[in-house]
Amino acid sequence: MSTPDAAAPLLVVDDLHVSFSTPQGELRAVQGVSLTLELGKTLGIVGESGSGKTVLSRAIMGLLPRQSTTQTGSVRYRGEEILNAEPRALRRLWGTQIAMVFQDPMTSLNPVQRIGHQITETLKLHLKLGKDEAKETALSLLMQVGIPFPVERYDSYPHQLSGGMRQRVMIAIALACAPRLLMADEPTTGLDVTVQAQILDLLSTLQRDRDMAMILVTHDLGVVATRTDEIIVMYAGNVVERAPTKVLFSQMSMPYTEALLRSIPRIDNPSHTRLVAIEGRPPDLINPPAGCPFAPRCPYAQNKCHNEKPPLVEGTAPGHSYACWFPLAAPEPAEAVVGSGVR
Amino acid sequence: MSGPAAPLLEVQDLVVSFPRGRSTVQAVAGVSFDLAEGETLGLVGESGCGKSTTGRAIVQVEKPTSGKITFAGTEITALNRSDLRLMRTQIQMIFQDPISSLNPRRRVRDIVAEPLNIWKIGTDKERHDKVNAMLESVGIDPYVAGGRYPREFSGGQCQRISIARALVLEPRLLVCDEIVSALDVSVQAQILNLLADLKSEHKLTLFFIAHDLAVVKNVSDRVAVMYLGRLCEIAPSDVLYKAPAHHYTEALLSSAVEPNPVVTRTPVILPGEPPSPINPPSGCRFRTRCPRAEARCAQEVPELREIAPSHQVACHFPVGT
Amino acid sequence: MTDVINPQTTSPLPGAVVTPTDNDEHGAAAPKRLGTFFWICAGWITLITLVAIFANLLPLPNPDFQNFAAPQNGAPGWGHLLGTDDLNRDIFSRLLFGSRVSLVVGFGGTAIGLILGGIPAMLSGYRRGRVDTFLSTASYAVLAFPALVAVIAIGSFWGHQLWKITLVIGLFSSPLIFRIIRASTLTYASRDFVMAAKALGASDRRILAREILPNLMPTIISFGLIAVASIIVLEGTLAFLGLSVPPPTPSWGNMLNEGAALLSGGPGQNNAWLVIFPAAAMFSLLFTLNVVADKLRSYLDVTEVKL
Repeated sequence: MSTPDAAAPLLVVDDLHVSFSTPQGELRAVQGVSLTLELGKTLGIVGESGSGKTVLSRAIMGLLPRQSTTQTGSVRYRGEEILNAEPRALRRLWGTQIAMVFQDPMTSLNPVQRIGHQITETLKLHLKLGKDEAKETALSLLMQVGIPFPVERYDSYPHQLSGGMRQRVMIAIALACAPRLLMADEPTTGLDVTVQAQILDLLSTLQRDRDMAMILVTHDLGVVATRTDEIIVMYAGNVVERAPTKVLFSQMSMPYTEALLRSIPRIDNPSHTRLVAIEGRPPDLINPPAGCPFAPRCPYAQNKCHNEKPPLVEGTAPGHSYACWFPLAAPEPAEAVVGSGVR
Repeated sequence: MSGPAAPLLEVQDLVVSFPRGRSTVQAVAGVSFDLAEGETLGLVGESGCGKSTTGRAIVQVEKPTSGKITFAGTEITALNRSDLRLMRTQIQMIFQDPISSLNPRRRVRDIVAEPLNIWKIGTDKERHDKVNAMLESVGIDPYVAGGRYPREFSGGQCQRISIARALVLEPRLLVCDEIVSALDVSVQAQILNLLADLKSEHKLTLFFIAHDLAVVKNVSDRVAVMYLGRLCEIAPSDVLYKAPAHHYTEALLSSAVEPNPVVTRTPVILPGEPPSPINPPSGCRFRTRCPRAEARCAQEVPELREIAPSHQVACHFPVGT
Repeated sequence: MTDVINPQTTSPLPGAVVTPTDNDEHGAAAPKRLGTFFWICAGWITLITLVAIFANLLPLPNPDFQNFAAPQNGAPGWGHLLGTDDLNRDIFSRLLFGSRVSLVVGFGGTAIGLILGGIPAMLSGYRRGRVDTFLSTASYAVLAFPALVAVIAIGSFWGHQLWKITLVIGLFSSPLIFRIIRASTLTYASRDFVMAAKALGASDRRILAREILPNLMPTIISFGLIAVASIIVLEGTLAFLGLSVPPPTPSWGNMLNEGAALLSGGPGQNNAWLVIFPAAAMFSLLFTLNVVADKLRSYLDVTEVKL
């Protein structure tokens, strides 16, 4: 039933490094990230500000500015190398194959164009639809994203819509040309809790119906907990843990992941539960310290952690890897290097 | 738990309306609650419900259209301008955006010293010492940071500086308006812990406004839920979250995202969007989205009534009936 | 700055999220130094100003002195560095003394405009409501008046003394200054730190002076310098029309006026120097003012909080 292509991953990122040149030096925003993504799957990329998750998502899309940016490694979409590709090649992919939904719909939508027009624009450009056909498709899209009274809303300007509605419009624009990969960068940050639930459900439904692959970039572990197949945790430009979602929460091995989880207030905890805050601040990305980037703040750090940077190694559960010399709940320090078999 | 002592803050039928074009919008449409000394009352609600406006009305930077606010026995809504100004030292506020809360053109030391300068409290040396002590108590080294500008600090540090500024006058009531919403998760935890420590150290009473349910529960003794300018429910934190009586509270709680891959709550997805505050529904404002709404809800405005000790709800048919 | 998720002043460039260090500079685009060119231009302006102030102390012939020993409309030479005009007066001397008019009208007019326009603007932007409506309408009224016509009319029945011209020009430049400063004030008045100051019990006057005014300084300085340049041009225009300070007081505009007539005169009545030097002087002053204004603006903007 499945053709060879259906089994191959849609997106393969291999050892991606991204750095920016600043007056103070080279800012290493992403350091050696690798990941794969298949059709129909959702990947969550979780990290705080400065973790490199936004830079990573932009680099994958090819949206980073050319000047003063250095990108090495490989990003292959359906076998085609898109890292450092020519703008023309990228434009063929944007919208039709890969689409992006951004965080703040107020600044991502053109405030002086009606939303209907913003949708049909992309339809006419990529699918070469005629005016009437485009409008019909746009109305159908508006309905699919759950906007009530699409015919009336078609002529609205962004500022006439609420935040949730604007985000739905953004999703409609992103999905207009039926892309295979959807990148959602903080799609619900800033939206109300009830609206957030609606938008996330919408994304899940659309992904299922269209059999897309989705990447959900967020700082909120709650958003990715029930809606992703796999999660990558980023810290200071590095992937520090990667696992299938349930495995991540039940068998977290990297102290940062644990610290992150413990610092989040939980509804089920009694009130006035003391949070375990992570002391200190993220490291300088221009002159990163030697060793593990989290070592200065890690409650379990030992000498080795400050001196040598741990590689990403595989854990016991399939698909679970972490970068830590002394992972949590491990009886011995893990020194296996991925694939080398050396102990 | 609260004794017969009078509450520190009493709000009665607070209404704040703004002109919007030809009509007026009632951002706060009749809100009443009490706040006991030493308590933390959380106020939760979604955007546009009027919670920030309520906070600003208490601090008196927003003038109430009608209603009565009594602080420590004095009716502050009836005070004249100069007496009101004196009250300001007792009620302070911290804002959401750490960047815009600090004047970008003033040094940190001057920002924190400003309240003392406005009220001409203490000698120069005393002010200097007080500023240093305050900065230290919020985790900022005064000798390193004092001469710097806000842009040189991270969001969490700016929020600490704002807290220092708010506390330098030793207020009794602190209104926190979404103070951690714009911060990263790990910094959020630091600030919440700091707030808990400062509260016990300075014997503060907190009015904590936020939209994140888990954060509000963690910080508060009691929580009030607001929808479209009115209060739906007030209850002790643990009670509210375990057994909400108002349907909106129930829906809100069920939609909250938890960092737990196992779904524990079936979300109640509310239909549609919140109605516009310019033209709110008659009677109960939540009735257009409420699964339990009946005819009575459109005719009669539900008032807050006590259904259990310390638990008030504004609903004709609370959950379970 | 790190660890802020969705601040109001976010920039879309992901590379700008950096751990704060001392004196953060974000990206290569924001110059920290003013640059040598800036200092050269600033130096030139200072030089002209000093010359204007201390012109009497310099070893110059009297600008009104008609030296019949020198040739009429003489070319630049040893005795007269920039030549003579058709009344045998030394051009160099007239040029240096003439700078006084340009500078007084320029800086004085701008100062008056800042006071007459800027102070109401701050009140207007901060108070809003009826105060704003009233002051804005008043400024529209002044704006609607054709400035040049007004200046000419007022000049003709009130007199053409330098201070009067300065005052009138200052008055008519106030509406534009009003709009600019009001817009800037609106931006800052809505920020949380102003609300915080109110909550602390600061009086309105204190807030305007200590919270808002320091934030307006970059706008005031850079726009003020541009206003100086525009006013100098305006004065030059008036003088060219013969409606500025009356002769024999030298001013660059006057000299251009006189020189224009001489450009197409016959032999002996031909003097290009009388046009070239004042024009060059005016050009150099305006150019350097604009450069300084622009560089100061971008330099001062850098100290604004940016992500």
